[in-house]
Amino acid sequence: MILHPAIIALLVSSILISSLVLYALWYGVQIIRFWDLRSGSSLQLDLERRTYLISTVLAYVFGFQLISLFLLIYTADSLSSLFTGAMCAAGTFNVNVYGYLLLVLKVMNFLLAGLWLIINHADSRAYDYPLIRKKYTFLLFFAPYIVLETVLEVLYFRGLKPDVITSCCGSLFSVNASGVAGDLAGLPAVPMQYAFTIVMIATIALGSAVAATGRGGYAFSLASAAAFFLGIASLISFISPAIYELPTHHCPFCVLQKEYGYIGYLFYATLLGGAVAGMGVGVLKLFRSIPSLADILPSMGKRLAVLSVLFYAAASLLTVITVVRSNLRW
Amino acid sequence: MGTWFERQRNIIDFTLSSLVRRKGKNLSLLLVYTLLVFLLASVMFFTHALRKEASLVLQGAPEMVVQRMAAGRHELMPGRYLNAISGIRGVSAVRGRLWGYYYDAFTSANYTLLVPGSDAPVPGYISIGSGIARSRLTAPGDLISFRRYDGEPMVLTVQEVLSSGSELVSSDLILISEQDFRKLFGMASGMFTDIVLTVRNAKEVATAAGKVQKLLPDTRPILKSEILRTYDTIFDWRSGIIVVILSSAVLAFIIFAWDKASGLSAEERKEIGILKALGWETSDVLLMKFWEGAAVSLTSFLAGVLFAYVHVFFTQVVLFEPVLKGWSTLYPSFRLVPFISPYQVATLFFLTVVPYTVATIVPSWRAATIDPDSVMRS
Amino acid sequence: MIELRDIRKIFNAGKPHALTAVDGVSLIVNDRAVTVLQGPSGSGKTTLLSVVGCMSRPTEGRILLGGREITSLPERFLTEVRRTTFGFIFQQFNLVKGISALENVMLPAYPLGEHHASLKKRARALLDLFGILPRESSKAEWLSGGEAQRTAICRALINDPQIIIADEPTAHLDTKLSHEFMDIVGRLKSEQKTVIIASHDPLVYGSTVVDRVIMMRDGRIEAAGQ
Repeated sequence: MILHPAIIALLVSSILISSLVLYALWYGVQIIRFWDLRSGSSLQLDLERRTYLISTVLAYVFGFQLISLFLLIYTADSLSSLFTGAMCAAGTFNVNVYGYLLLVLKVMNFLLAGLWLIINHADSRAYDYPLIRKKYTFLLFFAPYIVLETVLEVLYFRGLKPDVITSCCGSLFSVNASGVAGDLAGLPAVPMQYAFTIVMIATIALGSAVAATGRGGYAFSLASAAAFFLGIASLISFISPAIYELPTHHCPFCVLQKEYGYIGYLFYATLLGGAVAGMGVGVLKLFRSIPSLADILPSMGKRLAVLSVLFYAAASLLTVITVVRSNLRW
Repeated sequence: MGTWFERQRNIIDFTLSSLVRRKGKNLSLLLVYTLLVFLLASVMFFTHALRKEASLVLQGAPEMVVQRMAAGRHELMPGRYLNAISGIRGVSAVRGRLWGYYYDAFTSANYTLLVPGSDAPVPGYISIGSGIARSRLTAPGDLISFRRYDGEPMVLTVQEVLSSGSELVSSDLILISEQDFRKLFGMASGMFTDIVLTVRNAKEVATAAGKVQKLLPDTRPILKSEILRTYDTIFDWRSGIIVVILSSAVLAFIIFAWDKASGLSAEERKEIGILKALGWETSDVLLMKFWEGAAVSLTSFLAGVLFAYVHVFFTQVVLFEPVLKGWSTLYPSFRLVPFISPYQVATLFFLTVVPYTVATIVPSWRAATIDPDSVMRS
Repeated sequence: MIELRDIRKIFNAGKPHALTAVDGVSLIVNDRAVTVLQGPSGSGKTTLLSVVGCMSRPTEGRILLGGREITSLPERFLTEVRRTTFGFIFQQFNLVKGISALENVMLPAYPLGEHHASLKKRARALLDLFGILPRESSKAEWLSGGEAQRTAICRALINDPQIIIADEPTAHLDTKLSHEFMDIVGRLKSEQKTVIIASHDPLVYGSTVVDRVIMMRDGRIEAAGQ
């Protein structure tokens, strides 16, 4: 394994986070089994106190997931010089089968943590903790993915063996080895541009409808999920080439580099933000029949919808500006 | 939104004042924390700067070097190989290199002797690297005596000392004329140490290398990219090893931080109880604890990084040099180019702030869930 | 109006050293009146006060505040009720040492996110009302007994609560300051506030300001008084 400080940092924090989540999960299970709001027993009081611990832990997990996602990409980019054919992070992730799996899982865990926090917030605003068992069951479901992420991370990094000169033989990697060039072929650019425009407009429109009238939450939620995936696909397909002004360069990771003004961060931040907020609207709608949440959910849903719309609008604006200013023409 | 800000501001206000009130306890934590960040940051800045330096130097290195191998060891290259290689399509320039190692008993050091491609010294004269000049206290005009391959002495005059621009590579270097080189080592004319070549199209380097190997099976082509990769790995490995060693320090720090956070004095406990009794919710106290941790982390992180920066780039890493540069009697001394990237900062963050935060989550929570009731009965 | 129905508070329930501090108390406390809980130490006055003031949850029984049941509200809501409805004056005053009197008064309002400047103004107005504005910047530990008491009262009033709760307020005061305290209670009553005091000091329960005295013993009410 490559003993790079960033790798150590990622592994250490990943293990710490997994341990934290498992610790939280243990109490989550207690809560599922023994929670009884009406009882004034000391067990109940203790469980109520624990809920604060669990939400604190998950709030930190959410934050760290986001930062570690970008650190992972940065690391992969910086390690790319060690592998023949790898020009940037895309190549490094391709070195073994765990790379992209890890990346996808990290994003997924970030979104799930965000959704959990949204549910938690709604739950804490109601006077009888209506969602308590539901949310810890949700935790039970998604905690294994956090642990899985740590496992994948270990496997991935263990499988990274740099192509270096060995003392006697000095095999020539460039010729003999097959490169790990992560060529990300994008989908055809012009159709994607249409698709992107349509989906974004639909999402923003639906979101505005939800914000104004409180209806159409599910539709909007689905639209925002679609917008997220489409946004990523568009990044690969036509946005990145526009930024590099090179029709064959599809890498969505190089946009995070200094040469391009770190603009990639803006894209990812807006897409991720829009996704979490948008999907949150749909998730909250699932609980609208619960009486104690009747007053809270509509306003919360609206606020999330507004947030999501703002994020996606920003993403769209950014895309339009980038494509228009780029010298690349299709 | 305004209330949210005001709430944060009020709580931060109170947090800072309570940190100052408990100076003693917090000072020791701050010192240890800063020390940890300082150590890790120094290692990372240093290796990164060295790595950058090396890659800058290697930029001038030849695209491809071809060496002849015999029984797994490096052998001299006959001149006819040169002709063969220049015949390969795509190769724009071929040159035979003359270089070798010379062990100097006087200073117990290994010198590298090289005949440069251009501007070689005239026979009888050499240019020496600053490391050699320092260890032998030699200046231009002085004489150095070498021992030839046949045991006879050979005296050469130092014409200049190589500038310390890139001491990393030239510290132990001696530039010599071809004639003197061959005389010193007894190398027949027409033999070379190795061959360097440039390829017209950069993308074709690999194919050219393949052709060389096919044409001359007892040679091995070495690409510049491979050298860079190897260097990178070594630097990574070395800094990684130190980080691993320091991990025991991180662990100790975690335990220390956890202990500090858990060890609430009776007074602190009372204070939180009062706050709860006055109407502060658990989440308010948790927020206060969060800001406490943030203030401590931020201060220590900034201080540690700052000190490390000064340590590495202004005092030339007084503490770590022996380990990271490798043991050698000829010591290059050079100024490192200050360089620090957000990526390093993020890595440091994960190695220090994250463990600290994790260590203090549970103690903070325990503090925040103190029963206000306890205040009533005191 | 506060209504308590069959309140029981047991500490360390289920363990060998379980303690029943309050044992079946039913009570209605009227608004805009001064009520005193009288009884020896160990009678459960302090525990009852903390239950009434939403500081701890009863093991059994129900509490209604203005007709609304608050017994099993989660801590978040309980705290909010407590913050807006109640003001506490503790036996030991319990001012936070190391910060000024003014800051002590502002403390309960910090989490509410009020604009710092306007909060400060309000706090100073209160300190002025009770005549201790000159001491606003003194650290809490340097205040005299009477000043500390008045600071504690100001702190209790910062969120303009409807109900003031005081636990043995005269325990550390001399006769003169105790009389002053009861005068302040009278003032609060005239401002339409409800005051509940736990005390075994005759000066308190014998005062003319007091509307009703409830006698407690061994966690139960002996005489409901009038």
